[in-house]
Amino acid sequence: MTLAIQLEDLHKTFGHTVRALDGVSFGVEPGTIFGLLGPNGAGKTTAVRILTTVLQPDNGVARVLGHDVTAEPDLVRTLIGLAGQFAAVDENLTGAENLWMVGRLNHMAKAQLKERSSSLLEQFGLTDAANRPTKTYSGGMRRRLDVAASLVAHPRVLFLDEPTTGLDPASRADVWTMIEGLVAEGTTVLLTTQYLEEADRLAEHLVVINHGKVIAAGTPATLKANMGVTVLDLGLDDERTALRAAEALKTVNEKAPVVYGRTVEVNVNDGPRIVTEALRILEAEGIAPTTLALREPSLDDVFLSLTGHRAEAELAEGVENPPSPAGRRQRNRRARS
Amino acid sequence: MTTTTFPTPHVPAVGSSPSGGRLYWAIADMLTVTKRNLIGYTRVPEAIFFSSVQPIMFVLLFRYVFGGAIPTPGYHYVQFLLPGIFVQTVAFGSIGTSIGLAEDLHKGLIERFRALPMSRWAVLAGRTTADLCRNLFVMALMTAVGYAVGFRIGTNVGEYLFGIVLLLLFAYALSWGFAFIGLSAPNSETAQLMSFPLLFPLTFASSAFVPLQSMPGWLQAFAEHQPVTILVNAARDLMSGAPKPDLVFPPFTTVVSTGQTSSTVFWAVVWSLGILAVLAPVSVRRYRRRAL
Repeated sequence: MTLAIQLEDLHKTFGHTVRALDGVSFGVEPGTIFGLLGPNGAGKTTAVRILTTVLQPDNGVARVLGHDVTAEPDLVRTLIGLAGQFAAVDENLTGAENLWMVGRLNHMAKAQLKERSSSLLEQFGLTDAANRPTKTYSGGMRRRLDVAASLVAHPRVLFLDEPTTGLDPASRADVWTMIEGLVAEGTTVLLTTQYLEEADRLAEHLVVINHGKVIAAGTPATLKANMGVTVLDLGLDDERTALRAAEALKTVNEKAPVVYGRTVEVNVNDGPRIVTEALRILEAEGIAPTTLALREPSLDDVFLSLTGHRAEAELAEGVENPPSPAGRRQRNRRARS
Repeated sequence: MTTTTFPTPHVPAVGSSPSGGRLYWAIADMLTVTKRNLIGYTRVPEAIFFSSVQPIMFVLLFRYVFGGAIPTPGYHYVQFLLPGIFVQTVAFGSIGTSIGLAEDLHKGLIERFRALPMSRWAVLAGRTTADLCRNLFVMALMTAVGYAVGFRIGTNVGEYLFGIVLLLLFAYALSWGFAFIGLSAPNSETAQLMSFPLLFPLTFASSAFVPLQSMPGWLQAFAEHQPVTILVNAARDLMSGAPKPDLVFPPFTTVVSTGQTSSTVFWAVVWSLGILAVLAPVSVRRYRRRAL
């Protein structure tokens, strides 16, 4: 069976030095959801842009449904839908006019387009707002319209670049339901995300990339199995104490604790037992933690576990404070340079 | 989301669409983008209004403040000035092309367009065509303003309208050039700032506001041969007519235009088509290749 998406040893360098993609290979089965995970600047967006014919690769092969994106870009463009990193809607146009524009530029017949447009507006809960300029839309509505626009021409392969970044939890859940519905209809979806939770919920397979290289691949379950199920965070008075605590806690779990700043982090399989044990050990050493938290692993923890160091500080920033498109663009620049 | 049927893939590729070939779709795409941009103008009428204020200010400034101090042999100053202001107005209007494209780029629309099976020329052709429509409106307005300040057609309506067409052609060619700036600038504010250093010398070191003979020799050499002067001279010949020798006073002893309309118009057309032929492909290449 032809793969829906196939990358072979893909390279892309910006300028002379910034390797956005440094030999990336993976394949996506048709009719599945595939997750591409990584922090800002990892190369996710570059990979999506090459697959959607927006950028040219320096080296390597990218295929969509068996068609080489550099050799047959016009054909590939008729097979795909793209909802890029920014909600790319024309804010002077209404929601319906945005869908009209994208549909016409996809060379759809007018009658067919009209029908498709109203059913998409309905499906995405935008019927009431259909005739309002999109500058009056909320962030979530814009994102939904953006995804609707990428679906107008019935793409067989859909690319969603961080579809839920900047959305509130309710809108995020809506987008997830929508993506699952598409796959039920037979569409192949490649989505990039910074959120492990999102990949966990949606993707059957995923790859994690960092600095333009694939650092892990598999199902969400196998990725999580590679690390402790839970994370124990201990805050201490100062860095010296943190190092002492980490030394003392070496015995509680197979994996050694990690220190960053005044915090000690332990990946654990059996949370409650280890918390008790860790506190006993620390008490014996005369160390009193200032904070203590037991939490589910985050993507950051996956990175820590995979690479041995934290992902860029930007990651946390991006999760906590969805920045404006302008801010994100600038940050991406910085990450590349 | 209730259906489980496999959706019918929609497969018309460029050049193999159900009705019509590559050229048909290139034109259809261009019209779609043009319409989208024109709808945008109607949603922000303030932008059109305030972009018309500046040229009107220039008319008032030069007509009533500076005009009295500028001798223009062969013409009353208002007859000399208005064709020049018209050229300046459409030339500055082409900054709008660069701003519009810089905004499309910034908002991710160019990324979306590049992933669509549309003609590679359509985004720029649609933008420049919409800006051409805006210029048409602006020229109608400026004609009315000209009449209000005392300008009168010195030839006939046919020649005057031909002058307008010539200006619009020039503006259209410039728009394709300014598209390049819009696609190169990091944002729309910078696109605007990058455009001024190009337009200022072209419009002010020209025959638009003062006779070239009043400039120092080295500047005259530039001003005489640059396209804005050539356009202004052609527009002046077509709109205000030939200079009148009885309006020549010291210190000038000759009139500022030769009044050879066919020659000035010819070179104005050559310049406009030349700019279009060189800059349009360069800008389209920029559109296709720009890193996002």
